[in-house]
Amino acid sequence: MAKVFIYPATSLILSDLVARFGHKPLGAALGIRERIQTAGVDSPPLQITPEEPKRGLRYAAVEVPAGVRGRMAIYGPLIEEAEAAVIVTDADLAFGCMGCARTDELILFSLRQSGIPILELKYPTNDEEGVEFVAAIKKFLAGLDDGGEA
Amino acid sequence: MSRKVRIAQLSCGPEYSGVQKEIYDAAEAVGAEVFFPDIALADVERAVEKFGLDVRSADLKLMIARGMALVDGKVDADGVFIGTCFRCAEAAIVRNELRRYIPEHSRLPVVSYSFTERTTSGTLLTRMEALTTIARRRALLAREEQTGVTMGVDSGSSTTKAVVMKDNKIVGTGWHPTTEVIKSAESAVADALEMAGLTRDDIQAIGTTGYGRFLIGKHLGADLVQEELTVNSKGAVYLAGHQRGAATVIDIGGMDNKAISVIDGIPGTFTMGGICAGASGRFLEMTAKRLGVDITELGPLAMKGMGKNVPMNSYCIVFGTQSLVNALAAGSSREDVAAAACHSVAEQVFEQQLQEVDIKEPVIMVGGTSLIEGLVYAMGQLLQTNVVVPPYSQYIGAVGSALLASGFVKGE
Repeated sequence: MAKVFIYPATSLILSDLVARFGHKPLGAALGIRERIQTAGVDSPPLQITPEEPKRGLRYAAVEVPAGVRGRMAIYGPLIEEAEAAVIVTDADLAFGCMGCARTDELILFSLRQSGIPILELKYPTNDEEGVEFVAAIKKFLAGLDDGGEA
Repeated sequence: MSRKVRIAQLSCGPEYSGVQKEIYDAAEAVGAEVFFPDIALADVERAVEKFGLDVRSADLKLMIARGMALVDGKVDADGVFIGTCFRCAEAAIVRNELRRYIPEHSRLPVVSYSFTERTTSGTLLTRMEALTTIARRRALLAREEQTGVTMGVDSGSSTTKAVVMKDNKIVGTGWHPTTEVIKSAESAVADALEMAGLTRDDIQAIGTTGYGRFLIGKHLGADLVQEELTVNSKGAVYLAGHQRGAATVIDIGGMDNKAISVIDGIPGTFTMGGICAGASGRFLEMTAKRLGVDITELGPLAMKGMGKNVPMNSYCIVFGTQSLVNALAAGSSREDVAAAACHSVAEQVFEQQLQEVDIKEPVIMVGGTSLIEGLVYAMGQLLQTNVVVPPYSQYIGAVGSALLASGFVKGE
């Protein structure tokens, strides 16, 4: 079983796919809701304290906005832990999204720098692409150590 | 107990910056509640497209959709708090455009702030208080005439001012440096009463404002304790004789600066700067001291000089003073240095704060620094307008308090 970082980290579909194919998804474990009644689209379930942006200094310099550093305090350790990653770009908001585009850039850069196997896909726009999308993810996950359909 | 004022929060990053609790606490402290306008995910992209600002961050898209829902009346609120991360350019653009868009298309008062993880509820308190005041006391803020015998006390960071008003006229003033908050207030009050030829028993209502407003409000048994943003706006348009229509109020204080866009005497958008001391009245005090003149002489001295002859432009009071000392050592005249200091303060306020409010004429400068004519001239040059300095402008908070306090005179 490999630890697979998923992007968007809030995508329950990606999280489920990774788990179904026998791996451990590393993500936010947050679902994007139809109605947003919280501060942001990916509001954390627990109160983050001003200590998190300070911990985030490990991943981003002090001149980087506090919101980016606070997010990196959560995602940075997961990226370090990850053995592979599935990245879906241009995703629909409902598929899963992260609130801050600057953090997204840093997460994707950090993943690409880490040297782990990465599958990068564009979000499908029709049924045909959707089938190819799932097949590509399945093939990638099956190729990881100890992977296999659950 | 009165209904809680509902403040809609449009923000990006407060939770992950760890400051959401500070925002809640600041609102709670002034009897308000913060809420997040309920938006359907499906409406977000549509709203962003309609607004026309193509941003990438999902939370900024959400801010735009929520701002539009407020303007369209789909969500009820009494005021709007817009907050984004400090140093984020994308967020600053959205914050700025929403701060402009919402008051232009609704009557909702807006306050905005860019936070870091170090932002505390104390920093946000005066801004939240102003939002709730505007929502809760619209009728009181509509007052255009002072009645009865009232007193206003402004306990500022540098000076404490007191004003006694009677039948819409200022009849007594008092001014003391703020040392011990209560003692300074007592001295200012005693002077104002003596000048008015009245006693404390003659006063029918009291209003307090400024940093020490709660303490002296309790000490004096004030009827009205109110933050300086709404009070100064009211006082400025009252003294300038411009109570109706748009105006911009600038107050460069000893510790912070306020820039307020006012409509009919009520703040629409405002910023309250905590830049650095290089952009405050404190820097001008230091300049006067270094030049060996009284602060009252700095303005006339500056008017005789040419500011552009001396390079001086620093947020920091230490670096600003360094420029000042270097210029004098290089042979610059005292007049040129005084003018440069005034220009430097005006420029910092212009760059840091006035960009955040819509400047509408007349521009009214108030507070003690408005008496430094070199500073007023420099601000006028930067804004390309004639800046209005009303009579008693240094007593602005006290006048505003006395005016509003008359709403508490018995029989009113």
